Amino acid sequence: MSLNERNTSMNAAASRDADAPLLEIKNLAITFDTQGGPVNAVRNAHLTVMPGETVAIVGESGSGKSTTALAAIGLLPSNGRVSGGQIIFDGEDITHASEKRIIELRGNSIGMVPQDPMSNLNPVWKIGFQVKETLKANGLAGSNANERVAEVLSEAGLPDAAVRAKQFPHEFSGGMRQRALIAIGLACRPRLLIADEPTSALDVTVQGQILDHLDRMTTELNTAVLLITHDLGLAAERAEKLVVMYKGQVVESGPALEILRNPQHPYTQRLVNSAPSLASKRLQSGKAKEALAAAAAAGTVEVTDQADVLKVEKVEQAAHAEKAAHTGGIKSHTPAGRGDTILEIKNLTKVFKLRGALGKSTDFKAVDDVSINVKRGTTMAIVGESGSGKSTVAQMALSLLAPTEGSISFDGVDVTSLKGKALFNFRRRVQPIFQDPYGSLDPMFNIYRTIEEPLKIHKIGDAKSREKKVRELLDQVSMPASTMQRFPNELSGGQRQRIAIARALALNPDVIICDEAVSALDVLVQAQVLNLLNELQEELGLTYLFITHDLAVVRQIADDVSVMQKGRLVEQATTDEVFNNPQQRYTQDLLSAIPGASLLV
Amino acid sequence: MSEKLTPENEPRIPVTPRLGKKSTRVIEHFVAPLEETPLAAVDSVSEGGAPLSLWAEAWRNLRKQPLFIISALLILLVIVVAIAPQWFSSVDPTSCPLADSAEGPRAGHPLGFNLQGCDVYARMIHGTRASLMVGIFTTIGVLIIGGTMGALAGYYGGWLDAILARLGDIFFALPLILGAIVMMQLPAFRDNRSIWTVVLVLVIFGWPQIARITRGAVIENRNADYVTASKALGLSRFSALVKHVIPNSLAPIIVVASISLGTFIVAEATLSFLGLGLPPSIMSWGNDISSAQPQVRNNPSVLLWPAVALSIAVLSFIMLGDALRDALDPKARKR
Amino acid sequence: MVMFTLRRFLQLIPVFFGATLLVYFLVFATPGDPIAALSGGKPMAPAVEAALRAQYNLDQPFWIQYGLYLKNLVTMNLGQTFSGQEVAAVIARAYPVTARLAIMALVFEAFFGVLFGVIAGLRKGKLFDSTVLVASLLVIAVPTFVLGFVLQLVVGVQLGWAKPTVSGSAPWNELILPAVVLGLVSLAYVIRLTRASISENMNADYVRTATAKGLSRRRVVVVHILRNSLIPVVTFLGADLGSLMGGAIVTEGIFNVPGIGNLLYKAILKGESATVVAVVGILVIVFVVANLVVDLLYAVLDPRIRYV
Repeated sequence: MSLNERNTSMNAAASRDADAPLLEIKNLAITFDTQGGPVNAVRNAHLTVMPGETVAIVGESGSGKSTTALAAIGLLPSNGRVSGGQIIFDGEDITHASEKRIIELRGNSIGMVPQDPMSNLNPVWKIGFQVKETLKANGLAGSNANERVAEVLSEAGLPDAAVRAKQFPHEFSGGMRQRALIAIGLACRPRLLIADEPTSALDVTVQGQILDHLDRMTTELNTAVLLITHDLGLAAERAEKLVVMYKGQVVESGPALEILRNPQHPYTQRLVNSAPSLASKRLQSGKAKEALAAAAAAGTVEVTDQADVLKVEKVEQAAHAEKAAHTGGIKSHTPAGRGDTILEIKNLTKVFKLRGALGKSTDFKAVDDVSINVKRGTTMAIVGESGSGKSTVAQMALSLLAPTEGSISFDGVDVTSLKGKALFNFRRRVQPIFQDPYGSLDPMFNIYRTIEEPLKIHKIGDAKSREKKVRELLDQVSMPASTMQRFPNELSGGQRQRIAIARALALNPDVIICDEAVSALDVLVQAQVLNLLNELQEELGLTYLFITHDLAVVRQIADDVSVMQKGRLVEQATTDEVFNNPQQRYTQDLLSAIPGASLLV
Repeated sequence: MSEKLTPENEPRIPVTPRLGKKSTRVIEHFVAPLEETPLAAVDSVSEGGAPLSLWAEAWRNLRKQPLFIISALLILLVIVVAIAPQWFSSVDPTSCPLADSAEGPRAGHPLGFNLQGCDVYARMIHGTRASLMVGIFTTIGVLIIGGTMGALAGYYGGWLDAILARLGDIFFALPLILGAIVMMQLPAFRDNRSIWTVVLVLVIFGWPQIARITRGAVIENRNADYVTASKALGLSRFSALVKHVIPNSLAPIIVVASISLGTFIVAEATLSFLGLGLPPSIMSWGNDISSAQPQVRNNPSVLLWPAVALSIAVLSFIMLGDALRDALDPKARKR
Repeated sequence: MVMFTLRRFLQLIPVFFGATLLVYFLVFATPGDPIAALSGGKPMAPAVEAALRAQYNLDQPFWIQYGLYLKNLVTMNLGQTFSGQEVAAVIARAYPVTARLAIMALVFEAFFGVLFGVIAGLRKGKLFDSTVLVASLLVIAVPTFVLGFVLQLVVGVQLGWAKPTVSGSAPWNELILPAVVLGLVSLAYVIRLTRASISENMNADYVRTATAKGLSRRRVVVVHILRNSLIPVVTFLGADLGSLMGGAIVTEGIFNVPGIGNLLYKAILKGESATVVAVVGILVIVFVVANLVVDLLYAVLDPRIRYV
């Protein structure tokens, strides 16, 4: 053991005083040198982590939450530097510590669990090798290194650890890779673990399991955790203390539950109000809310319980009827129209042939006997984890993929047999919105051309009337008309998604199929887009088929839910039934995996 | 596949509501003063600045790159020399009095004379056109053939892709120069040597590279959501290729085309140097280097000057390709 | 892994047939009398002409001609040169020289290419990096034959460090200068590839994670950055061996190396098609085999490939 190491362990022993902070960040400022000059990514950040405590930094992308945490372990990107303030670890100022000292601290004093399990393991080395080198680097390998590796891996919840250690990362599923990364992060028993969005890339049920496991391990080892997350509900559930960051600054910090229940800073309030995992009811459009208020004032409805969704829905329907009567009734949105089936999916099955070695192919049933009825003017959500076949259903409903068996009928016409002109006309009435706001708009087309494209394809109007229509559509999605000349790369994710909505609306469709349409967006932006979708539904009588992995979002937007697992339909009911009285084990698991759901009551 | 091998084997834990953690310590509740942390509107649209297409953005980056400025100026110079050589040299490159054979520089003849008595500078200037034409037309040819092949193979996939890929591999197995040498010595070509035969031969052996690049770029873009979206809007499959996939695949193709243009000029010079390229009647750098070869030890400058001209032309196209690569880098595009 | 090897091997078969067919077609089936082509347009004794026709089976249909050519290629029954030597024997004498030259060039470009590329990649934007980049651009832009002449003149004639031309037995030390010339252009590509690969991998997530584990900087660079970055470089080097053999035609001409390139060049000038098809056919085989080796090497280096 080198002198230095002995020093640290003595320091550590001396300071194992539960009342001295383990990590203290004071007035931290971080600057990035970019082509456009220095950018202050973090200003005035401060936080304290006590030994054994879990502290969560919550914020949206670009809030500086990861940057702040990474600064503590000396892992800022090469163009970033600490330009002010102090980072104190265990009584030692490590703000500008030498490279040598930081390397000593990494691993055995401060560990890290990164965000994306797919890219954080080196693809060319076996898992065991990557664990072992961690132990070795921190002088903990000893003579029985391989046993130790297996031990560490199985602690992280990896079955058959000794065998698994001999495999490469690509032989692991996402959840298992994350377990391996947790094993690496905790292998040297650090006193502080920085967990940077450790589960956001994983399916919800796996997410819950892994966080539970991480919780148990860090409690047993008395490791303090600095958890970085965008999910307020998850943070409040896992941490004693919250630090809310916004645009590089700490806006609020304190006891987790207190902040959740009684947020003081307007930003935190906004965050709490928008967090989908904390929402307990379907979004209401402005008009419906007014109608509700009017009804309450008139004494027709007794508003005693905000969460009394059924009553609210009734009022909402009444409001619909009223509105329809006023406007003379939109064809697809008369009260009589609401409720008839517009999209009927019957015994849908899709089999993919997977190419095996030497031309042998195996069948893979991506969708297995799925039947879903979507009622006009309502939102049907299809919920499931990756590999559930939900997106394949969407592709078939869009007639972009031919089903192996079963039928899809739209307004009484079988879609699967449509060809030529009939298919072309069907395309006018069913539109998609995709997940990736960076991928769904052609980067070479400006916004005007993007929204005009459907009109041009279907030869609607002349140049002048098309421009008028584009302006209207932009207005409908609350984008300024000046956006027309801009290009997708100049817009944020949420704005692009709004443009994608405008494009989908251009042909006045009946049905919009949203394939994970809000999953890639930050919480507040997500809320904004969901509200927009909801308003548009009210206004235009749209029907949504909403594909998502996120039950929390379903709560906000859907009327009915179909839960899918491994290609099969597991449960189907109204949103309220599914949330209040889930029948299937899988649905229950999904529901209980929503972080923070039980915290606000 | 890995999913099948590795099921999540976590034992089921009974569902208990997680109620959060309560600390035994006193935790201060801090709220930042609002004036220090003002709240901005959610996802507001910035309306400042002129709209920037990707090309405009690339152009703005390029303008500031010294590599681009130098290469663009050099290419401009080479093109002007090729179009109007008489502006740069008033001496007739074909009048070669033997009396001047291997004479040194003198007034009006800054680089002296070669063994045949021709003015070295005048030949260097007049040799530009042939080299540049071979480079440009070969590049156009490989873009048309290789681009079409690659785009169709990448976009439609299946048997078409398989056949085109093998066909490309076959041509790949014969290196450019080797294939061109073999072909140029065929009677049909040997007896009709001209700029066009050289271009034809270079296109035949040069297209697979562009085809590979195009194929890769098209595959990368063919499943993009915006392509699927436009199909769902009713655009035909082929129109989606032309309108969306190809424009988005252009960047890497342009980069490789620029660099290839340089290598085609080198290939022509190499063929001419070997006596298999342009006929001696056409003035070109390769021919001049070839004819200077026997006396390289006595009079190296006669070989050096056309070589310098050749290298500058090639260098400028390769530098342009490099500069374009940086400016059109797809990774730099995403914010 | 066995499946993978088998599949790659099967994929190479059409390439081999296609490429040899292409060469054969080019030489023997293009417009013009192939026998006239063989003689380079010079008048030829009727006996010689008849012997040539028989040797290439020109009285047979094209496919049979091609089949017989392949058989001859595999059995090394390659016919005779104009001077009556067995082509197979001539090739057998020249081939080792070129192989030696190509391997020396490969070692040269691999060693310096990776060395300079790694340093440049790790110090991106610094002086060394920019110098190496500019130098590599220059090397790519200046044609090999010009580089060859300049180096021959400066190093060989003026400085007298090396013999400007190679003697008949082509010993190792005399091949150093030609090998450097042959490997220079590829060297530039290796440098650029290594540099790009290194700087891309430096920003990889797993490199940051490796750093966070507490590994020394040196270990992070060697084990995580270098190992991953060298995969594309190694595959480039493998594929380059084949093109070095082909590219030897210019270098061997300048330095008068008695290798296969020189043989091919002289055969082309003399119009000895028998030698031309034989040499090119062999080069195609080398190229195809080199590609197979590269594919297998790739699978060894990158565990993800094996299961695809």
